[in-house]
Amino acid sequence: MAGDREVAFEAEAPAGREPGTGPLLSLAGIVKQFPGCRANDGIDLEIAEHEIHALLGENGAGKSTLVKILYGVLRADEGEIRWRGRPVAFSSPAAARERGIGMVFQHFSLFDSLTVAENIALGLDQPESRRGLGNRIAEISARYGLPLDPHRVVHDLSVGERQRIEIMRCLLQNPKLLIMDEPTSVLTPQEVERLFATLRRLAAEGCAILYISHKLEEVRALCSRATILRLGRVVGRCAPAEKSARELAEMMINARLQPQNFAHRAAREQPARLEIAGLSQRSAHTFGTTLTDISLRVAGGEIVGIAGIAGNGQAELMETLTGEQLSPQAETIRLDGAAVGRLGPRERRRRGGAFLPEERNGHGAVGTMSLAENAYLSGAVRKGLQRLGFVDRGRTREFALEIIAGFDVRTTGPDAEARALSGGNLQKFLVGREVLQNPGILVLNQPTWGVDAGAAAAIYTAIAALARAGAAVLVISQDLDEILMLCDRIAVLAAGRLSAPMPVGEATIEHIGLLMGGSAAPSPARDAQAAQGGTAR
Amino acid sequence: MSVAGGGILVSIVSASTPLLLAASGELVAEKSGVLNLGVEGMMLIGAIAGFATAHVTASAPLGVLAAAAAGAAISMIFAVLTLALLTNQIATGLALTIFGHGFAALLGARFVGIAAPTLQRLPLPLLADIPYLGPVLFDQTALGYASFAILGAIAWFLARTHAGLTLRAVGDNHDAAHAIGHPVRAIRYGAIGFGGAMAGMGGAYLSLFYSPLWSQDLTAGRGWIALALVVFSAWRPLWLLVGAYLFGGITFLSLYLQGFGVAIPSPFISMLPYVGTVAVLVLISRDRRRIRLNQPACLGQPFHAAA
Repeated sequence: MAGDREVAFEAEAPAGREPGTGPLLSLAGIVKQFPGCRANDGIDLEIAEHEIHALLGENGAGKSTLVKILYGVLRADEGEIRWRGRPVAFSSPAAARERGIGMVFQHFSLFDSLTVAENIALGLDQPESRRGLGNRIAEISARYGLPLDPHRVVHDLSVGERQRIEIMRCLLQNPKLLIMDEPTSVLTPQEVERLFATLRRLAAEGCAILYISHKLEEVRALCSRATILRLGRVVGRCAPAEKSARELAEMMINARLQPQNFAHRAAREQPARLEIAGLSQRSAHTFGTTLTDISLRVAGGEIVGIAGIAGNGQAELMETLTGEQLSPQAETIRLDGAAVGRLGPRERRRRGGAFLPEERNGHGAVGTMSLAENAYLSGAVRKGLQRLGFVDRGRTREFALEIIAGFDVRTTGPDAEARALSGGNLQKFLVGREVLQNPGILVLNQPTWGVDAGAAAAIYTAIAALARAGAAVLVISQDLDEILMLCDRIAVLAAGRLSAPMPVGEATIEHIGLLMGGSAAPSPARDAQAAQGGTAR
Repeated sequence: MSVAGGGILVSIVSASTPLLLAASGELVAEKSGVLNLGVEGMMLIGAIAGFATAHVTASAPLGVLAAAAAGAAISMIFAVLTLALLTNQIATGLALTIFGHGFAALLGARFVGIAAPTLQRLPLPLLADIPYLGPVLFDQTALGYASFAILGAIAWFLARTHAGLTLRAVGDNHDAAHAIGHPVRAIRYGAIGFGGAMAGMGGAYLSLFYSPLWSQDLTAGRGWIALALVVFSAWRPLWLLVGAYLFGGITFLSLYLQGFGVAIPSPFISMLPYVGTVAVLVLISRDRRRIRLNQPACLGQPFHAAA
């Protein structure tokens, strides 16, 4: 099948070119100017067939812009795109798909109330008969190890399964180049392995893959070549397997990284500052998860991580902890011993709590308000930013400036709109806003989601410093590496139940992965596999 | 209106048909993610356009066509405002209803008290003679038959066709639909126009058959009931049919009660169909999960096409 298509493509190529020579895709001198920012500044990139090519860079390095140009979402101001040696211009995603470029987005474009088959049918440029499509889905499922039940409704699926739908959509178009934007950020380790197997299979069959990720270890394991971007320029090319993750990170941010050391403190003898006891609660959301008998103690000076795939009760747990959702009994949540389960967010903040929800724009911050106003919204109580019931503008501004300076937030100033900041910068601002309130208890949900290595390191340092000063920190995260590096103890939230916390030193990735998948009691076979994997690490 | 025998059931059908027509159109619009509260206004415009055309041309079928065209045309005001200029759908829909009231009254001023040709019943041979069922199902106007056919076609379209799937997808997540490359705006223009045409025909049914004289407030809130039916049926065509006929049934019952001189003040009896329909549909739609599953997630939300 692939061979037929190749011939068709070559027939379009200018005469005189040998089929199969030269790169599949080459970009030369791509420039894209946005108001106030040159997102791409003369980027050259070549991708060969069979290749899994990594595109690395910090937030704002220009990866997304480049990929959007490649996929026809944006148009380059200057530069040339050649597809099999022939200059092309992709005016729309449909034009790119027609050439054989497929893309799996970081945020899936799926329809929750429709079935898998309907979602896939919607992603096709040419409508197909239901039966024909069903057969092709089954065939591709089997061939690439992408198990999917076409009749299930999307909202019942895990994130990994949803991603498979997106991949399936691409594969049905027989792509020659598959672009994957941060594909593993939401997967369990087992799902990642499965995805990698699929990608390797694809590459072996001749499909090139452009792989964008922050996870350098994954890039080292998967990709044969890497192009590294910084500030819109190519700053390096390498074979990632020959470099260490740290070297790659240093190339990305052009600085020597201090080896991170968040010394694990033995603080369990301390009294618990945050205590969750027997919390069970139905979700307020339609397709939400019911929390079942959750208990956890976080002592002062301790960082506890809750791992697990989003959608297993993280949102519900976070809402119950912040006070957005009141718990049934006051005693189920205690801050410094005080039962606060029936109190709202303001009261909990007054008692020493600080909270950072997952969604930056719209939940953590009001996008259309200035940074100063956003600083006021959460800091008013603990920082005394009001006077006689009025906003104390001077002190609010000072607080915002303090955050901006202390957390290296790159912005025009406290009057900048929150939504104008890049994701990583806004996240640094929001973490700074909570940390500088000097809380006794800090709860963060996905603190470094979509944040680059440099900003993440700054956030970790701040969290660790806060814990050293005696605060209890609870980190809810899907990023296992983050929890293993930052936290003292780890527990896993799966299907609304929280596993018993264990010291991070005693946890293996495999065991945690199994807990994430909801199998609390792994079978002996899986255990053996896990043990094997454990020694390999 | 006859109160005896099959006539009872026939009048239930007559009361239900305009609701069914208008609600079917609104169902399609809402499935595409557009909440058009202007149904009442579009029905009124359709009623007067149909009545006036029938009077001038002496042809009731032409009147129905004119009503559909007028309803669709007036809905385009709403479509342009909400889709191109991104106005708030709720406010715009309310404005459309108010506008429709006034505009229909203006157009209708010279038609008050005049007769126009009415739609004729077309009893189907043999079938119409079936006791009870025959007069209900097989002794209707062409528009009455059409209301069933159209509802069936909508159900099939939404559930079984690719175009229907695309329309539902646009209502469920317009950003994703746009990202995939579906023309969100064009689909919504179409759905709104269809809703307008259906509301117009519902109005024409009232002015050309149900109470074949023009009066200023001919629709008497039926547009709002149609809107409520769509929500309470949880966007399912079959339940729309049930709801519409429930309303017709209670309408008839209230007339019957009045006819027998039951000692309830007549305003309360007039309220019955409205209260009764809402109450029953609320009971039917207690299952919130099912509602959420069928509710278009983008209903009423403005769509900004961003790259």
